[in-house]
Amino acid sequence: MRVLGIETSCDETGVALYDGEHGLLAHAIYSQIPIHAEYGGVVPELASRDHVRKALPLIREVLDKAELTRTDIDAVAFTAGPGLIGALLVGAALGRSLAWALGVPAVGVHHMEGHLLAPLLEDSAPAFPFVALLVSGGHTQLVDVTGVGRYRILGESLDDAAGEAFDKTAKILGLSYPGGPVLSRLAEQGDPTRYRFPRPMTDRPGLDFSFSGLKTFALNTLREAEAEADGAIDAQTRADIARAFEEAVVDTLVIKCRRALRETGRRRLVLAGGVSANRRLRARMGEALAAEGREAHYPRPELCTDNGAMIAYAGWQRLNAGATEPLLFKPRARWPMEELQPVGPAII
Amino acid sequence: MHEIHLADEAAQLALGGRLAERLRAPFVLYLQGDLGCGKTTLTRGLLRGLGHQGAVRSPTYTLIEPYTLATTQLYHLDLYRLTDPEELDYLGLRDLLEIPAIWVIEWPECGAGALPPPDLRLQLEHRTDGRCLRPVATTEAGLALARVLYEG
Repeated sequence: MRVLGIETSCDETGVALYDGEHGLLAHAIYSQIPIHAEYGGVVPELASRDHVRKALPLIREVLDKAELTRTDIDAVAFTAGPGLIGALLVGAALGRSLAWALGVPAVGVHHMEGHLLAPLLEDSAPAFPFVALLVSGGHTQLVDVTGVGRYRILGESLDDAAGEAFDKTAKILGLSYPGGPVLSRLAEQGDPTRYRFPRPMTDRPGLDFSFSGLKTFALNTLREAEAEADGAIDAQTRADIARAFEEAVVDTLVIKCRRALRETGRRRLVLAGGVSANRRLRARMGEALAAEGREAHYPRPELCTDNGAMIAYAGWQRLNAGATEPLLFKPRARWPMEELQPVGPAII
Repeated sequence: MHEIHLADEAAQLALGGRLAERLRAPFVLYLQGDLGCGKTTLTRGLLRGLGHQGAVRSPTYTLIEPYTLATTQLYHLDLYRLTDPEELDYLGLRDLLEIPAIWVIEWPECGAGALPPPDLRLQLEHRTDGRCLRPVATTEAGLALARVLYEG
């Protein structure tokens, strides 16, 4: 079965084709590809979240890449939530009506389930059960996974997501917004011993996170350094603050993941979401888990951020289990992952 | 109106709580100030004061976080990531505005022209010894609420 996946829950428009036998055939994200042909050589500046005008050219792009046509699509999966309601409605209306026009089934997919199952698209796919850390600009969540649709939230951020703290601290340090990856590059030149930031909520039991205070801590550290240097701080000081900040976020995530694995008894950790592409996080997490005889799994970097491939794949899993969307579709801005229908038995 | 000094996070939360005691829908509250000056912290205090028990997540990525409270609906917006007020259409904002609710809007300048006018603006600024807050009331309801800030 070949499934077309459409993702429009937030900022990115992503489309992909997944084949049950041959795996991922093609995928494309609007912001990453030039669509010259569609607009006669001129690429218009489309507003963020203008999914309406981005989705159709992307579907054509993906079909071309896979050397297929619309009639080769066996089913359509679209993100049905959670996300921005206006953005979700575009993907849902498009996906559902396209499926109806083609006479094939459609299925609505939970955006976070897509992220969580994305590592299963890789050759070294982790087996159930595992603990997943979903860490991005919009989310920081630990989930116990015992099968498709079998999710238990272990902990989550009570305020800012980790990626948001990265982006905002980058801005505070005078970098562009969103500047999380730029901050990480700056941190490589930083001295890890000059400043020490707190590891929020690690000194008490529990698996929840709080990153808002780290942003304020970075701001106060910068202000103090500016006061000492009469307003003109050097590049090294910025790098040192960036480094101290990154160390604190990475340490906090590693501490909580190890705690989640110990508490659940799982051997495998899956990392997904934009921040899971962070090199220091991957290195530190890999070392920490290897020392305990545990494994860390990640999707390839382009499948860490929002994309259509994960929606096509999660949709394929659900369609295989017989799920379909009626002609009446209802995207949900809020949708707790624990409300999802399980697919198959729990593997514990 | 003169400045109100907020020494720390506890003071920001407490001030949010004081606002909650008199805040009634419909009301539009703008929160203005740089990153890290406590806009979301103040909102957290306000939501706690209105009886919300759960987490108060930053709406920077989701742009809008709705809360169903005992007596009213509250929408917490953060428009920092908006590059054009036109993008508010993608949030379905126009439909939501028809319901009487409490609107708490961070970075309203990014949505200029597409937002309801404020009853009260709270401008937060960094100080070496904490934060300072300056209220600017633009309606009678806003003025009544601003007075609460100077009591007790």
